[in-house]
Amino acid sequence: MNQQSVVAHLPGLRRYARALTGNAWAADDLVQDTLERACSRWRLWLAGTDLRAWLFTLMHNLFISQLRQLQRRAGQPVELEEAAHELQAAGSAPGLSLDLQRCLLRLPLDQRAVLLLVCVEELSYAEVARITGVPLGTVMSRLSRARQRMRELLDEPSAPQAATRAAPLLRRLK
Amino acid sequence: MNAPQAPEHSDAALDLALRALHREVLDQALPPTLLQAALRVEGLQQEATRGRQWSGIAAGVLLAFALGWLAHGQSGGAYGLGEAKSRTEQEFVRQAGFAYSVYQPEKRHPVEVAATDQEHLVQWLSKRLGRSLKVPNLEAQGFALVGGRLLPGEAGARAQFMFQNQNAQRITLYLGALEKSAKPASTAQTPDAQNTQATQFRFEADGAVPSFYWAEQGFGYALSGPVDRSTLMALASSVYAQLNRD
Repeated sequence: MNQQSVVAHLPGLRRYARALTGNAWAADDLVQDTLERACSRWRLWLAGTDLRAWLFTLMHNLFISQLRQLQRRAGQPVELEEAAHELQAAGSAPGLSLDLQRCLLRLPLDQRAVLLLVCVEELSYAEVARITGVPLGTVMSRLSRARQRMRELLDEPSAPQAATRAAPLLRRLK
Repeated sequence: MNAPQAPEHSDAALDLALRALHREVLDQALPPTLLQAALRVEGLQQEATRGRQWSGIAAGVLLAFALGWLAHGQSGGAYGLGEAKSRTEQEFVRQAGFAYSVYQPEKRHPVEVAATDQEHLVQWLSKRLGRSLKVPNLEAQGFALVGGRLLPGEAGARAQFMFQNQNAQRITLYLGALEKSAKPASTAQTPDAQNTQATQFRFEADGAVPSFYWAEQGFGYALSGPVDRSTLMALASSVYAQLNRD
């Protein structure tokens, strides 16, 4: 694969954004914003360095800042409930991936990002540390907490219905 | 995959399940706006690394490209065109694959006219194919022009341009008229049913070599090479954009 082609990284970026946001529309919006930012900051990308890592870094920072903006505004539950509906409508393997995605969304963002970058994108701890802007040790501890939390969530008897789920989902995002 | 259903969620099972999550997104058609934005970034990068203007690509061209890709992706490969036409096109892609397989391994004579003689190559093939051809530049993607050759086709002469990267991996752009009636590009503005068809793009993985194929104004184009789909797509999008620039 041509590592320096932005187009070649698009499918991967879309999948990561999808798992991060849990919503197909929000994911593509995030990818679009990432590409816009790449356009305005391409001078900061040094030719020869890892394009993929750069794009993931842009996306990570954007997602964090968008989430912060969201939290600053009041009355955000709509967004998350929409996400839940979207998930119910979309999944190709409904039960399974739906459950997994729900649990992912209940992880704190920092843990979710590290888990996805390491397990799905198969980036090294060092790369993830650079992308998320935290020390290596933090990446490792976040990963282990994320795995542990995912196991707990997945082992819960059965996913509670949307009404009861909305509250913890919101608390996680603070 | 049954790992996620196991009562215990080991790290390995969890990783497997996560890797499977939304994997279908990887094969989905790219939304045109995203493709367009990505190509814009690539254009800027190319400009930066090679000091060349690449921003002259009409947005409409990119959009048409993306829409074609999208339409294709959503209809699951169906063309929506006549059966006969689709057979012609399938045959075209097949020929492109054959031509690739025959000349790709060639050590001494991969091409008839080498890239060093590019001007002559383009003039010669343009004359034989009856329309003014352009050779795309794929150096930004790591592929340099090796040269080209003339090939027989059902509807007359066809051309094959060969490119090669540093790992000696070769890709070819095969092009030519699909039917005998194909008009030169200059007279193609007549609102004839075929010409008003939006450009359609197709990925063909069943042949001798993966190909990315499209047709425009009675002319077929197939970009073939042993690279993965996303790379071939990136290359094809660059070829398409360059061929349709002004």
